[in-house]
Amino acid sequence: MARPGSVTQAPAEASVANGPLVAAEAVQKYFPLRRGLFARAAPGEYLRGVDGVSFALPRGSSLGIAGESGCGKTTLARLLLRLITPTAGRILFDGVDLSALDGPALLAFRRRAQLMVQNPYEAINPRFTMEQALAEPLVIHGIGTREDRLDRVIAALAQVNLRPADAFLDKYPHQLSGGQLQRVGLARALMVDPIFLVADEPVSMLDVSVRAGVLNLMKAIARARHLTTVYISHDLSLVRYVCETTMIMYLGTVAEIGPTDAVLASPKHPYTQLLLAAAPVPDPGRPLPEITAPEQVPTPIGPGIGCPFQDRCPQVMPVCRTVPPPLVVVGPKQQAACHLYGPH
Amino acid sequence: MRSGSVGALPRPGQTWAGWRRAAGTLWGVLQHDRFAFAGIVIYALFVLIALSAPLLTPYDPQQTIISGDQLMANRPPSRAYPLGTTNVGRDIFAQLVYGARPALAVGFVAAFFVALIGTSIGIVAGYYGGWLDAVLMRLADVAFGIPYLPFVIVLVAFLGPSLWNIVLTMALLLWKDTARVVRAQVLTLRERGFVEAARVLGSSPRRLMLVHLAPNVLPIALLYGSLAVGWAILTEASVSFLGFGDPARISWGYMLQDAYISQALSGGAYNWFIPPGVCIMLVVMAGYFISRGYEELLFPRLRRR
Amino acid sequence: MAILALEDLRVEYRTARGTSAAVDGVTLEVREGEVLGLVGESGCGKTTLGRAIIRVLPRNARIAGGRIVFDGVDLAALPEAEMNRYRWRSIAMVPQAAMDSLDPVYRLGDQFNEVLMVTGALSRTDARRRSLDLCDLVGLDRRRLGSYPHELSGGMKQRAAIALALALRPRLLLADEPVTALDVVVQHRILKRLRALAAELSLSVILVTHDISVVAQTCDRMAVMYAGKIAEAGPTPDVFARPRHPYTMGLENSFPNLLRPQETLIPIEGVPPDLLHPPPGCRFAPRCPFAIDRCLGESPALRELEPGRWAACHRAEEAGALRIQSQEAERWRVPVP
Repeated sequence: MARPGSVTQAPAEASVANGPLVAAEAVQKYFPLRRGLFARAAPGEYLRGVDGVSFALPRGSSLGIAGESGCGKTTLARLLLRLITPTAGRILFDGVDLSALDGPALLAFRRRAQLMVQNPYEAINPRFTMEQALAEPLVIHGIGTREDRLDRVIAALAQVNLRPADAFLDKYPHQLSGGQLQRVGLARALMVDPIFLVADEPVSMLDVSVRAGVLNLMKAIARARHLTTVYISHDLSLVRYVCETTMIMYLGTVAEIGPTDAVLASPKHPYTQLLLAAAPVPDPGRPLPEITAPEQVPTPIGPGIGCPFQDRCPQVMPVCRTVPPPLVVVGPKQQAACHLYGPH
Repeated sequence: MRSGSVGALPRPGQTWAGWRRAAGTLWGVLQHDRFAFAGIVIYALFVLIALSAPLLTPYDPQQTIISGDQLMANRPPSRAYPLGTTNVGRDIFAQLVYGARPALAVGFVAAFFVALIGTSIGIVAGYYGGWLDAVLMRLADVAFGIPYLPFVIVLVAFLGPSLWNIVLTMALLLWKDTARVVRAQVLTLRERGFVEAARVLGSSPRRLMLVHLAPNVLPIALLYGSLAVGWAILTEASVSFLGFGDPARISWGYMLQDAYISQALSGGAYNWFIPPGVCIMLVVMAGYFISRGYEELLFPRLRRR
Repeated sequence: MAILALEDLRVEYRTARGTSAAVDGVTLEVREGEVLGLVGESGCGKTTLGRAIIRVLPRNARIAGGRIVFDGVDLAALPEAEMNRYRWRSIAMVPQAAMDSLDPVYRLGDQFNEVLMVTGALSRTDARRRSLDLCDLVGLDRRRLGSYPHELSGGMKQRAAIALALALRPRLLLADEPVTALDVVVQHRILKRLRALAAELSLSVILVTHDISVVAQTCDRMAVMYAGKIAEAGPTPDVFARPRHPYTMGLENSFPNLLRPQETLIPIEGVPPDLLHPPPGCRFAPRCPFAIDRCLGESPALRELEPGRWAACHRAEEAGALRIQSQEAERWRVPVP
């Protein structure tokens, strides 16, 4: 059955699952560290932003990518949205290699894959009103007439529970709260009817009592529209609340991936275990546990040797120092990149 | 409207949104800051004078005045000649009033082109980065290295001493400061959420630069633009003073040169060389006052609480 | 044994649009050797409160009423010169984004020396010895004294900031969002260290944060602030298990718990009031699912319901029943004007 490399297919019809919507195949993104304008980066002087990540995202699922700062999750998000291209490996969207897209095909992709940015206060051009900000995607893609667009904008505002919608049309970003701005950001992303949404720390800059509202909204909308979503977060409790699948990243590699409940309730990779032990919980009855692993996260410069976690792992073995651990199955649909579970 | 084409121009409603708002803020600042407001008033005054020159004086600035049989040379200030006359009988007041025209023309036109060229280059260099950025900035470095006044003089001597040649040479050299600063601003803006969001939405680079980046660098562009007005006027005056100015137009700089050559200082003809000097000073100062207003817009901490 | 007692403290900001009371009648006490958590969301006044205690308010803010009693002395009434003798010696602060407040052009050791020798009047040898002690105290590698701030990680910089605050052995430490920008493992380490320090040095700590999980795991007692007032205060386990103020109940509802993922999070609709024109009654009333007429007209006073347990709510006595009702999501759909 030939799969139609259907980049121009109308988004609403892309529901027949015929393979994953997004697939990453050994994706690498290395950043050369230049020493001057004309000096080439010395061989070995590069930063491993993303270092061999592979996964497949079924349509309609939600993936949470979690890890500490510097783990490469933001870089991966930018790769998935084709804001940057991989140094090696490829990313397939609906069967098509993203790096191969150009011109009209790229524009068509931009209609199907959207982004929610982290900082609500910078998500919208400070000189735009909400109406203009929401109409912009329609203008860029030539959707609808002038009158039509106003209707769509109002419908979008209503969908993210900003009511009465008319009241928000003429507002500027500085007149809205963080929660409201983030809702507008979500509405804007949905204006072109995407099938894929990447949310980069969507609530980390919002007040706690406001986060729940935005998260619930995102969950409901993703379900109603059968969206495939990726959430980037450093907060595991958030990932647990929203995502079906969780991927833990460490220094550009996948440490563990699997159904959220499995990964977070019975973590197999020592790094996941470390994160869970350290994660704060709003329960006074649970005292701060002891953690022996050193806290310093090294900067991944130059070629990596062995397991990236070797310097902090409480269960490190000699093989970890020389052989990078492959992803192995450690449970139903759960995989971890750790020699503890491998053939060694 | 070509639907779906990547290079579609921004629709009027969208583009002007950002610009309208930018203009509104800028006007608001000018109203708030007393100095900026004074600067606007001074500009307005001189524009008025320049436009209504024929109404303010019956004489032509080049006209040698002969009353009866006598050449009215070196007359002191009187009712007939408010600032007196030059050594060849030309009315100084008329020269002053008509002199506002080349001064303002040069000032505003040159400043406009400087701001336009500088901002455009700054935005393009800042947005694209890479080799384009490198090339443009090396060009700016060259412009930095060239000695300003000598270059203007040489080029004017080459192309001919017309007012517009002076404007041209200024535009060729003065854009560098604006470009550098705008580029730096763009580098910061590029990382902001709304720019990244616009890229993901599918915005073409041209749209990004025009709709998102340009309105947000407008304050700093205008800051340097208003500084450029002062520079341009001073340059024109200097060039004219050194004798390379447009002989067909009497400008304030020309008046100063004329006075200097005719040894007005030793002759004690203060009425001749002080007025043009004061006028130059006022207009240049006005430009700086206005730029102060923009400075406060850019760096709100400077504003008094 | 209270080391610090705030009595009806009021701090006002003068802005172009009028005067607003960021801290409006706060009464609170901090005991010796305890870690007190001050919890609230943006704009509630918790940072202003901290800065008022150590009197480093911005120029357009002033203490408009009340007392700050430290060791029997009202700090609010002290002239600047005398207050300076308290700063850093008796009361020290780790401000928000402290790691960014390290001077980038001086090595860490020099910055330590500056505090120790200038403010602390120690000799150079004593200062050097104390610097090493401080490093051990906060868990910072001694060799880092020779580094510049940009060479250090976020966690190291934060530890350095804490060490600087502790340099002159103050009795009270104000820590404003000390771990917010840090990764979770570092955060964990620093919080553990902070707790240990409180015990080792019989140091009192006021930990200002928006993160209730940090408070849960680090603080002995806690106070919840809303719109410039204290909503609730008491021992941490009790406030969590039996909140008496609807705002606290709402906060707990909206906070995701890693260990209880199946619960639906319930947001608190609406926004905090504009402090330039605060509402006449209870400030939380517009968003409160349990507001009655009395709440809209009369501002509730902070009352001691049991020894050590305070709440500012007219219906605090019914807290048990309200708590059960607060679990229902529909109750929180309060129409917002």
